Order: sequence, then C-alpha cells, then structure tokens
Amino acid sequence: MNLSKLIEETAVDLLRLAVIELPIDIKQALKKAAQLETSEIGKMEIEAITENIKLAEQLKRPVCQDTGLIIFNLDVGDEFGSVAGISEALIRATKKGTASIPLRPNSVHPITRKNTGDNTGVKIPYISWNPVKGDYLQITVFPKGAGSENMSALSMIKPGEGLVGVKKFVLDTVICAGGQSCPPLIVGVGIGGTCDLALKLAKLALLRPLNKHHFEPVIAQLEKDLLEAINSTGIGPMGLGGRITALGVNIEYAHCHTASLPVGVNLQCWAARRATARIFRDGRVKFVSHKNPI
Amino acid sequence: MSTYKLKTPISEEAVRNLHVGDIIYISGTILTARDQAHQRAVNFHNQGKPLPLNLEGMVIFHSGPLVQRKDRKWEIGAAGPTTSSRMEPFQAEFIEAFKPRIIIGKGGMGARTAEALKKFGAVYCEFTGGAAVLAARSVRHVKDVKWLNLGLPEALWLLEVEEFGPLFVTMDSHGGNLYNQIAEKVEQAKLIAYKKLGIIF
Repeated sequence: MNLSKLIEETAVDLLRLAVIELPIDIKQALKKAAQLETSEIGKMEIEAITENIKLAEQLKRPVCQDTGLIIFNLDVGDEFGSVAGISEALIRATKKGTASIPLRPNSVHPITRKNTGDNTGVKIPYISWNPVKGDYLQITVFPKGAGSENMSALSMIKPGEGLVGVKKFVLDTVICAGGQSCPPLIVGVGIGGTCDLALKLAKLALLRPLNKHHFEPVIAQLEKDLLEAINSTGIGPMGLGGRITALGVNIEYAHCHTASLPVGVNLQCWAARRATARIFRDGRVKFVSHKNPI
Repeated sequence: MSTYKLKTPISEEAVRNLHVGDIIYISGTILTARDQAHQRAVNFHNQGKPLPLNLEGMVIFHSGPLVQRKDRKWEIGAAGPTTSSRMEPFQAEFIEAFKPRIIIGKGGMGARTAEALKKFGAVYCEFTGGAAVLAARSVRHVKDVKWLNLGLPEALWLLEVEEFGPLFVTMDSHGGNLYNQIAEKVEQAKLIAYKKLGIIF
C-alpha cells in the first residue's frame, strides 16, 4: 500500500465531497429555517438556497462558485505511523482537485495579487496538525469562502468588560456583517487564549455540527442566548430582512492570561462546507461526515 | 412588488420603472466584472482608451464564475454573486462612464453608487448569495471573454442567459434602498437584543 497516494486520493475525494454536498446537519438546519422564516423575501431566499443545494448534488457541481481557500485539519493518531510526506500529498491533492473537480483557483500572492492557478501557494493549502490518541489519520477539508471570512473579527476585550463585552462584540460583529456574509450564518466564536488562538478556536467551532451544543452547560446556554439575540435583529436571509439570520452559534474556549480576554468571531455562510474521513494504519478509509464519496 | 421579465439591452425608461421590492428575470447578455475589471475599466476611461465591449444598456454581474474549458469551449459550472461592496470605490464612475442599467451582486452598495443609480438611471439587484448552480443553470452559453490576463475569476465573461433570476431590486433609481430600510429596523432591534443579553439596562 502506498500511504502517500492513499492520502492524496482521499483528500481529492473529500474536496469534491465538501464543495458539492453540504453536511446533513446544515441541510436539516436550512429545512427548519424555511419553516420558521416569515418574511416573504426571506422565504424566497431560502427556497433559492435549497433549490441550489439540490441542483449542485444532481449536477455534481460545486454548491458555490467561491470554492474557498483550502484548509486541511488533521488529527494525527500517535499510533498512525510516520507523518512524512503528508503535507506534500495534500498539496498534490489540492492541485489535482482544482483541475479535476474543478475548483475555482482562488490563491493569489497577497501583494502582487498574482493567481497561482492551482489553489496552492506559500503556506496554502493551510494545514493544521492536531496530535491525538489512536491508529488513524483524520482529515477534514474545510474550503472557506471569502465573503464570510472577510467579515470576521478579533477583539482584545478588557477583562473588566467580561461576559457582557463578549456578547456585545459577537452581536455587533454579526450586525456589522449584515447581508455581506451570505446569511443564514453559522457564527463561530473563540473565547480566551491568545489573539491568534481566539480566532483559531472560532474557526474550529465552525466544524462542530449544528445539532451539537458545547458540552459545558454554561457555554451551551451562551450559544443559545447569542443565537436568539442574533435572530432577533431582523437582518434575515441575505440581509434582506427576516427572522433567520443565523442557523447556529458555536463557541470554543481556552483559558487566557489574567490580564486578557480575547474574542474571535469567524463567520460562515450557509454554504458551510466540510468533509471528514479517517485513514487507518491498515489502509482502510472511513468517510465520517458524508455517507458516500461522490 | 411586481415581477418583470426584461430583455437586454435595457433602456433607461425600463429601469426607471423598477422599484425596491420588485423581482426581475433577465434574458439576453450579461457581463461579469469584479474588483480588478472595474478598476481597469475606470482607468481606461480616464485615459481615453476604449473598452473591448460597449456597456450601454448592459447588465453587470459582480461574479467570479467557476469556468471550465471543454472541447475548446468555455463552460460555466457555478456563478453566484460576489460581495458588491468591494466594487464601491469604482462603481459610481463606472456607471457614469459606461451607462450600464442593471448591477447584480450581493450585500448592497454604498451612498456614492446609490447617487449614481439615481443620476444616470440604473438599479442594483441582489441574486441569492452562494446560489451559484442556480445562477449557472440559466446561462445558455459563454458568448465571449475579455481580459483573461486578470485570471479566470476576474475576467470579463459575456454570458447569454435565459430568465436569469430571481433578482431582487434592492436599490432603485428613485433613491429607494432596502438596505437602509433594514439597517434602521436592525438598529432598533439591536437595543432590544442588548437589553435581553444584559448589555444595557
């Protein structure tokens, strides 16, 4: 078995799966949103979204033309074996997937804006390594669109402002984004840590399925309260008014310095694309987020 | 709120007839243009250089489509709208210089664009963000492409479309602006949400 080839092929399958078919929890949340939305224009927007999701699956085309900047989140088991060559395999997968799926080439030099044409570049795809216990390598592909990413924000709140400051910042960030991040949104919130960790946690929070609240009741309650507040603003689908501005609020936290309270908010449009598979040491591949690879 | 089916090229009279809340479907040709295309077009105009296409009566779509070359023909796989506010620095000059009648995007545009819509007779419409396959479905074929050196997403794609929509008229040529209406309501709702969250008392 050529492990590097297996990782490459699995990553291409995951990229295809992620951009074409949304995870079941997102589809369920949109279905519920369609029932709860009362504004006429908001209803039409959710109908267009639902129709688009169906068409993408039928025609095997990416659900949105912005197929994102490619992120790979890796959980590497301590008994998986060597990690040599994994990065290279994922870079090859990105190039291959860009040509064959196809993906829109989105990766440009930050200053010259020259497009590399294959979605790779310096530190891109972004590969995040997380060591875990186990005999597998879990790959999550997370193509992140720019519309929602552009409205993300960090605040170094004064610890004295506490929870009230956190709530205000999250709500204000969503209000400031208005329709620009393609609501209904998923709002990822990272509380604590350092400035970079807060944003990283906010992004990780977006990978948690919508039907799972945080395991700590106090955080789960905060998720519920913020969702209710966001949905009372009237921003609505696509910002054209309505009840459903967000499908969910997911929070992750880390302990932080006694003098700090960083809060990161990472917004995700309704096209919340992610796909996960586990590759075991013996070469078995198990798709975790979707039933079958496309 | 009315529904209109429009054919390109579109007259100033036809867009003056449109109001916020109307829904339209467009048949004919539309042109994609994003940040760099807008910037280059405005620069060309300022330098007295002609554009490769006449844009009068035209529909401009803020979109960076996903394009594939098949059997020496271009095919559009997905083509949803991109965030229009990025084009705000150029849009008013663009409308004045080239007289397009309909701008399609998402998220709305600023005060200078709103003024240009009024002054020169054009409307801004929103297509559902992310609904890129739905948008691509009404593209019959790619008629032409210019400025390919800007990269595939930024190039000017001239698309033949049939009943492209639904498009929501959100900024009209009479000063009507759905984003401003929503923003006012959100501002009021925000205070109630602040109270509920214990941010203010």
